[in-house]
Amino acid sequence: MGKATGFMEYQREVPKERPPEERIKDWKEFKNKFSEEAAKIQGARCMECGIPFCHSGLEIGGMVSGCPVNNLIPEWNDLIYKGKWEEAVKRLLKTNNFPEFTGRVCPAPCEGSCTVGLNDPAVTIKANEYQIIEKAFAEGWIQPEPPEERSGKSAAVVGSGPAGLAAADQLNKLGHKVMVYERQDRIGGLLVYGIPNMKLDKKEVLQRRLQIMEAEGVEFITGTEIGKDLSLEELQQGFDAVVLSGGATRPRDLEVPGREAEGVYFAVDFLKANTKQILGDQNEDYISAEDKDVIVIGGGDTGTDCVATAIRQGAKTVNQFEIMPKSPDERQADNPWPEWPKTLKTDYGQEEAIEIFGSDPREFLIMTKEILTEENDSGQKVVSGVKTVKISWAKDENGNFYPEEQDGTEKVWPADLILIAMGFLGPEATLIEEAGLEQDGRSNVKAEYGDFKTNLEGVFAAGDMRRGQSLVVNAIDEGRKAAKAVDQYVHVPFTEPIYGKNN
Amino acid sequence: MTFTKMPEKQGLYSPEFEHDACGMGIVSHIKGRKSHQIVEQALEVLVNLSHRGASGSEENTGDGAGILIQLPDNFLRQQMESEGVLLPEKGDYGAGMVFLPQDQKKRAEIKEIIENIVSTEGQKLIGWRKVPVNAAEIGKSALEVMPDFYQIFIEKSENLEAGIDFERKLYLIRKKIENKIRSSKYQGELYFASLSSRTLVYKGMLTPEQMECFFPDLSEPEMESAIALVHSRFSTNTFPSWERAHPNRYLIHNGEINTMLGNQNWMRAREGIFASDIFSDDLKELLPVIAPEGSDSARFDNVLEFLALSGRSLAHSIMMMIPEPWEHNEEMESKKRDFYHYHSTLMEAWDGPAAMAFTDGCQVGAVLDRNGLRPSRYYLTDDDLLILSSEVGVLELPEEKVISKQRLEPGKMLLLDTAEGRIINDEELKAEIAAAEPYGQWLADELIELKDLKAKQDNLESSAQVSGIKDLQSAELVKVQKSFGYSYEDLQKILIPMARDGVDPIGSMGNDTSLAVLSDQPQLLYNYFKQRFAQVTNPPIDSIREKLITASNTFLGSEGNLLQPKAESCRQLELEHPLLKNEELELIKNLDQPGFKTAALEIIFDQEKESLEERLQDLFKEAEKLIAAGVNIFILSDRGVNGSKVAVPALLAVSGLHHYLIQKGLRTEVSLVLESGEPREVHHFATLIGYGLDAVNPYLAYATLDKLVEVGDLELAQKEAQKQYIKAAVKGVVKVMAKMGISTVQSYRGAQIFEAIGISEAVIDKYFCRTASRIGGIGIEEIEKESIMRHDSAFKGVRVEKETLDSGGNFSWRKDGEEHLYDPETIYLLQRAVREDNYQLFKEYRAKINNQSTKMLTLRGLLEPDYQPEPIPLEEVEPAAEIMKRFKTGAMSYGSISQEAHEALAIAMNRIGGKSNTGEGGENPERFTPDQNGDLRSSAIKQVASGRFGVNSHYLVNAQEIQIKMAQGAKPGEGGQLPGKKVYPWIAETRGTTPGVGLISPPPHHDIYSIEDLAQLIHDLKNANREARINVKLVSEVGVGTVAAGVAKGKADVILISGYDGGTGASPRTSIRHAGLPWELGLAETHQTLVLNDLRDRVTLETDGKIMTGKDLAVAAMLGAEEFGFATTPLVALGCVMMRVCSKNTCPVGVATQDPELRKKFQGKPEHVVNFMRFMAEDFRRELAALGFSSVNELVGRVDKLKQDKTRDHWKAKGLDYANILYQPEIAKEKAVYCQQKQEHGLEKSLDLRELLELTKEAVENGIQLEKDLKIKNTDRVVGTILGSEITKSYGAEGLKEDTIQLNFSGSAGQSFAAFLPKGVTFRLKGDSNDYLGKGLSGAKIIVEKSESSKFKAEENIIIGNVAFFGATSGDAYIEGKAGERFCVRNSGVNAVVEGLGDHGCEYMTGGQVVVLGQVGRNFAAGMTGGTAYVFDLENDFKDKVNQEMVELDYLTETEDEALVKEMIKEHLKYTGSDRAAEILNNWQDYKAKFIRVMPRDYQRMITAIADFESQGLEKDAALMRAFEENVHDKARVSGN
Repeated sequence: MGKATGFMEYQREVPKERPPEERIKDWKEFKNKFSEEAAKIQGARCMECGIPFCHSGLEIGGMVSGCPVNNLIPEWNDLIYKGKWEEAVKRLLKTNNFPEFTGRVCPAPCEGSCTVGLNDPAVTIKANEYQIIEKAFAEGWIQPEPPEERSGKSAAVVGSGPAGLAAADQLNKLGHKVMVYERQDRIGGLLVYGIPNMKLDKKEVLQRRLQIMEAEGVEFITGTEIGKDLSLEELQQGFDAVVLSGGATRPRDLEVPGREAEGVYFAVDFLKANTKQILGDQNEDYISAEDKDVIVIGGGDTGTDCVATAIRQGAKTVNQFEIMPKSPDERQADNPWPEWPKTLKTDYGQEEAIEIFGSDPREFLIMTKEILTEENDSGQKVVSGVKTVKISWAKDENGNFYPEEQDGTEKVWPADLILIAMGFLGPEATLIEEAGLEQDGRSNVKAEYGDFKTNLEGVFAAGDMRRGQSLVVNAIDEGRKAAKAVDQYVHVPFTEPIYGKNN
Repeated sequence: MTFTKMPEKQGLYSPEFEHDACGMGIVSHIKGRKSHQIVEQALEVLVNLSHRGASGSEENTGDGAGILIQLPDNFLRQQMESEGVLLPEKGDYGAGMVFLPQDQKKRAEIKEIIENIVSTEGQKLIGWRKVPVNAAEIGKSALEVMPDFYQIFIEKSENLEAGIDFERKLYLIRKKIENKIRSSKYQGELYFASLSSRTLVYKGMLTPEQMECFFPDLSEPEMESAIALVHSRFSTNTFPSWERAHPNRYLIHNGEINTMLGNQNWMRAREGIFASDIFSDDLKELLPVIAPEGSDSARFDNVLEFLALSGRSLAHSIMMMIPEPWEHNEEMESKKRDFYHYHSTLMEAWDGPAAMAFTDGCQVGAVLDRNGLRPSRYYLTDDDLLILSSEVGVLELPEEKVISKQRLEPGKMLLLDTAEGRIINDEELKAEIAAAEPYGQWLADELIELKDLKAKQDNLESSAQVSGIKDLQSAELVKVQKSFGYSYEDLQKILIPMARDGVDPIGSMGNDTSLAVLSDQPQLLYNYFKQRFAQVTNPPIDSIREKLITASNTFLGSEGNLLQPKAESCRQLELEHPLLKNEELELIKNLDQPGFKTAALEIIFDQEKESLEERLQDLFKEAEKLIAAGVNIFILSDRGVNGSKVAVPALLAVSGLHHYLIQKGLRTEVSLVLESGEPREVHHFATLIGYGLDAVNPYLAYATLDKLVEVGDLELAQKEAQKQYIKAAVKGVVKVMAKMGISTVQSYRGAQIFEAIGISEAVIDKYFCRTASRIGGIGIEEIEKESIMRHDSAFKGVRVEKETLDSGGNFSWRKDGEEHLYDPETIYLLQRAVREDNYQLFKEYRAKINNQSTKMLTLRGLLEPDYQPEPIPLEEVEPAAEIMKRFKTGAMSYGSISQEAHEALAIAMNRIGGKSNTGEGGENPERFTPDQNGDLRSSAIKQVASGRFGVNSHYLVNAQEIQIKMAQGAKPGEGGQLPGKKVYPWIAETRGTTPGVGLISPPPHHDIYSIEDLAQLIHDLKNANREARINVKLVSEVGVGTVAAGVAKGKADVILISGYDGGTGASPRTSIRHAGLPWELGLAETHQTLVLNDLRDRVTLETDGKIMTGKDLAVAAMLGAEEFGFATTPLVALGCVMMRVCSKNTCPVGVATQDPELRKKFQGKPEHVVNFMRFMAEDFRRELAALGFSSVNELVGRVDKLKQDKTRDHWKAKGLDYANILYQPEIAKEKAVYCQQKQEHGLEKSLDLRELLELTKEAVENGIQLEKDLKIKNTDRVVGTILGSEITKSYGAEGLKEDTIQLNFSGSAGQSFAAFLPKGVTFRLKGDSNDYLGKGLSGAKIIVEKSESSKFKAEENIIIGNVAFFGATSGDAYIEGKAGERFCVRNSGVNAVVEGLGDHGCEYMTGGQVVVLGQVGRNFAAGMTGGTAYVFDLENDFKDKVNQEMVELDYLTETEDEALVKEMIKEHLKYTGSDRAAEILNNWQDYKAKFIRVMPRDYQRMITAIADFESQGLEKDAALMRAFEENVHDKARVSGN
């Protein structure tokens, strides 16, 4: 589809972002849309693959390749090329409940496995997704569409992150009564408090979607933690089914001397407080980086979000530590297409740091040895610096890699604020223990992908809570599939499962 | 005991698929003078045709031979006198040739039955004569079932007239006896070869040579006749059958009837309304008209006999059964056209390649089918002899006695009336028959055309609204689409292209999705039916280039009584084609005309209230009642599908009703019209028509198109879109028919040219009676479930999902769509494995493919090898290096894939001792010599396909194996085309054509229209390269085993059975998905059939089609394969990622493209292919070890080591039963089951080895000049080809200096004279030549002239046969006289002068110059894309005969053309002394204006552009490239559909 020779005629382009010097002055989204014409040309580059790897959602070597929700990328790229936006949005929404989220925050494994990417820069898929859904909102094509009929069945969804919302949306559309429980004061889970506003605007984007869901009949209850405020058993009794999608919210900690000092925070707490601040909440937890030397430990997306947030708050310096080596600029032989490309990405936070401070904030192959502290005026032990050492990766006798410290590379970094962005370990224990949920070896709630059933009758698990820390797009996939499983559980199934073998 | 040792149906073998072909001949005295000489001459003809027959595994068991003569009164009288019986007057008695059991008791009892019936019928039995036979020479297997031969004599009763009345009585007697015997314990133990007062047949399971010795009667001087028909049979099996030999009672037939099943069903359906004054009450005794046990020729004979005896003349009956193609022939005389038109309302044509000769003992005639696909030549002598035969030279005659040499022309009849003592020519004969009744008036009065109705109906728009078309424009459209299983892909890849381009859309790569019965997706019922196609025993036809022989018209209404036609018999409504627009359907619904009554039948069921099966039963009953009430058009409608109402699968309703009505004898009283939302693609329409539908209104397809136009997906007006779509659909259906060699929709209707796969016997027997379905499958409940699943997806679930179509995923992989063998993971794993030489990764890949527990895709997926508990040690298994010698890569042309990919495959396969395949595109001769590093880029297998591109002596000599591609898995029965934009200069060079000019490979090989033709081509190629194995590539379909047996008898060394799922650069999607069968079935059938025929040990069996793992290899070996081909997977190894854009030249990995930029992206290396092959071999070794075998040979045919995995609880697959696939014939235990002996090609009998090589030895070795005179006869075939191969071996493509070797032959040359003859040789032939003269000519000079003693005018007589210079690449030819049909087909370089030619001259020609000094036949220059023809148009009628689709006509240019043509004529005069040439040259100034130049437009444009660039100073190569680039964007005129 697209244009048969488009990939030979046109170059890859992505929409220009707002320039760093401008965007760091506010909390607004830094991404821009294409012009429609530009998007059309990018759509034309799509090749109508017989096997669109971008759409596959394949897992290779533990990394995802292609779109986990199996977006019908060739189809909507073609529609964009032909200017058929309304049809494009229908085909987009067929597989993805929330393209406005993935179009903003997805790392786009689709592009990593795009066939054009075999020899040339991949097709601009993510920006096209964004373009389609934003056009749809702008044109008023996205309107609440409550189900035509109600099934008389009900489901509770615990946790309102992308998995919970996707499950809730699908279940509601199938005609079931859905109630979403969220312990925080706002709906959205990671979407509201994990991802900073400049990547995903809370009011304009998240609220917009939640309002539609509400108008379609989904009920949201905030400030209620299941396992604490309400027991899971109560939900089981009150609903025909329960979907647990509480996320993997237990952060990995840094176990070094000085960790307990004032000024060392988990990234999520930092980001959440900042978002509350932007949204105008009373905010006692607010953590400011203003005029501080900031160290971000962790080179992933959350780390980058911390960098960008700290810059906007007016940090004096920002450095970001990554224990892994710097990725190459191009694919290596052992990382062939369509595998996830392990190449160096300079994300918005780094770009901004370069703009402000003149250099990439990242240090690679570095390990934190100690957090240096001092006592402040009020006698608190506060952070004063970080001691690091450079490492290299070596193999032990079992063939496992371990970091080997390099002699003579110790270094002390001045620091007032340290943000730990080292990922998450799994779901929190509260609900699991209260309800007696079985866990898998990695502490996640045990449920098979596909049927999503936990050990408790009528209780399903989906998203990070089931699979561990992952991508928003995986969460949406789990939510959708779990909804299908729930539907089969509560209701006469609606498609081939009566006879078929899939799912 | 019967006279046939045809095995019972067993395993996949079924006797019903047996085919035959032959050589045939007539010798007759024009004035009817009887003589014994005629019989003797006929027998001589027969012997000289013996190479057209065959023998089986026993040299002395022939396939059958026979002779039909006038009743030899003198002889019989004498014989009976000697037994003391006096025969009545000639004419007052009938004699029969009767095959009776050898068992005396049985014989006596059967005789008694016969005698009783004779006397019941009031006739007197005079006596019996035991016919003496001499069986000493007869082969063992024929002997085992030999009957006793008796002649019966019956005296006419007085109340009967002699002649036709008595014949009718004898017919009645025979039919009554046959019916009685058929239902008795003696079934099969009596056969009447003839029973007549006029004719007598001698025949048997004999070789032609055995005939006279076997029947000493024939040598008796009193054995006299004025008419003799002889026939030598080539059967595709080795089972003896005495009665299947020809002649039948009225005719001999060379060819086969493709539409037999339909013809037979319709005949049976008609019997219900037969009424005849002639037979009156006896009529029922004559039924069934068609004796069920006969061959297709015998069945044709049955009907001909019936028609002829029930009141029509023999010629008239033949005209009904084999009409000329009148439909597109505007020039046909109107009365004749009316005759054909009228009769087409009575009966459909019997369609298929046929040369038939027939006689009633007084008239003798011959006719050729509309395609002219069989050769028939005849001589007339000055002593009133007519000699007609498949070949000339079959009877030695002094040339001076021959006054005329002619041929039968397509669709034309030759009739000799011995009573009148003259030949009645076609025109006169047909004019007389056509004038017998006022057919034109009858048509005018009674036949209604749709456009007549339209004229009356002035308010079409409003009626369209009445039918509810607008309803579907609402949001409900998607729901209705979903309920009928529409996918997004259907819209994008089927409907839009059909409407936009007006053709059935093209796809690339093969099909790798599940069979319908294994798919979890609900499948439309159509998907369970696979199209059958012609291969070997009959040719597919080119419905595009040879459109003139096709027809799509259709009649609605009741058929009349076939036996007593009258005006009202044609009271029918005629449609141009079977697709009805909404408003047209509306007209039919409201048809208000006398003789028509329309009624609707609802084909929807309410799932709450009734089952599908109940609905169908009610429907059938309802239909029956309505017929009783006078309804003669049914509209089966599924409009009104909603939340609870589900559509009945339309095919089930149509076919079920069709068969129900046939059984009730009611079918011809009504027409079936379908109004359905379900059908939308070509295959759907083809299936519906093939199962009896008369017309269809696909309303949802139309509504969908309207919507697509509305939203801008189609930039057309709605009306235009619909028109284009209908055009695509009709053309597509015609093409599907053409694949089977069927020309008319009327004959295709109900012909059931399909095999079902995955449908239970119960469903077949009830709804699709007599369709092959060999592995069981789903029942009516599953069909119902699938309907409901589709329905639910439309009416239940999430709105955005309900309101959008699902993707489909048949053509492009989709996660939730159809499963594919190649998916992202398998491709990834395989590519990494071969690139990194990582066997572990290959094992992961293999595990994923083999593990079909979660996804079932192929038949073999359900086959489990019976592994031993402990494998044998791996080192005991033959090494991978040995196994890899059995591996081949598929035939992919240079042109379809890039040079880089093509050479990488060749290098890799040469490195491992396997074989790569050129495909149909020739090969650059530079590749024939090894590279410096030792790699060889020459493909071991050189393919010879229908286009013969690049096939010359040099190419063939450099082959280890030569493959004749009869069919291709992805598009069996079709040709191909390479659009001009892909014919880059380097491709053109290799193919010997012009850059930028499109190329066409015709559907058939024009030198293979039947099995004996294939045997001839095998023989030709074996002559061209004696060391090469000859491989014949077939595609799996029901009956392929029997075809393969014929091919083995035709001396192929290797037979390849390809699966339907093989790849392709470009094929119609209809074919990719719906034609052919998996190799598992075809291979197993072939193996079983070859074993049963005791032929398995002389051929190597190969298979291919998505063989992807060692387990696949093991399964293939166990089912009978010894060698294995792979195509897609090696391409994947080289970087292919299944883009499926091969046809677009945009392959982004440089594999399937010629674009120089994209070729740079090619990353593949020979090592990748080597690794893949080694992994496959290693994996295969592990399978062998696990099975406990140490070599591949031991595993071949061991189906006992395979079992069907019945543990899978799959809702559809549970009904499958593989017993037939896993069947092992009893004799497999005693016979060799893999190739153990070489074929006996008989090359030592060739003139080349007998004489020529020795004669020319010195000349060849030293290049010195030589001239010799030689005699030649028709049994000397392929003369010169071995000599040519020796020259090419020594001198390469260059050959020798012109005229180095000059051989002058006199006589009638056999087929393939001078085939592939290289430069430096000049063959002069005085006399005449048979077919395929100069086939593949590679530089030699050929002169054919009439004998000095001949008295006829050269330009009025046929001197060379059909298909001369087919695929010739260079050389010169001077032919003094006319050529037959298809002169210079696909010529790419020969310059030829000829004095006249038959139909289809210069078809598909791509180069060379042809000067025609006389008349040409019809359809000249069809599909011609290159070269130039100059035609001397003295009669000013050339314009009517040329097909101007691709060529431009012009006069000679004063300078170049004139000089060229004049020079060629001068040469012609010089070489042949032609009177014609002299006359033209003498009057050059007057005559030069009569020449018309014929030049293809694209060719002209390109050569002009090339010349322009050259004149601008560019070097040749640069000029070619510039000209190519300049013209690449022009709209190609060569299109496939």
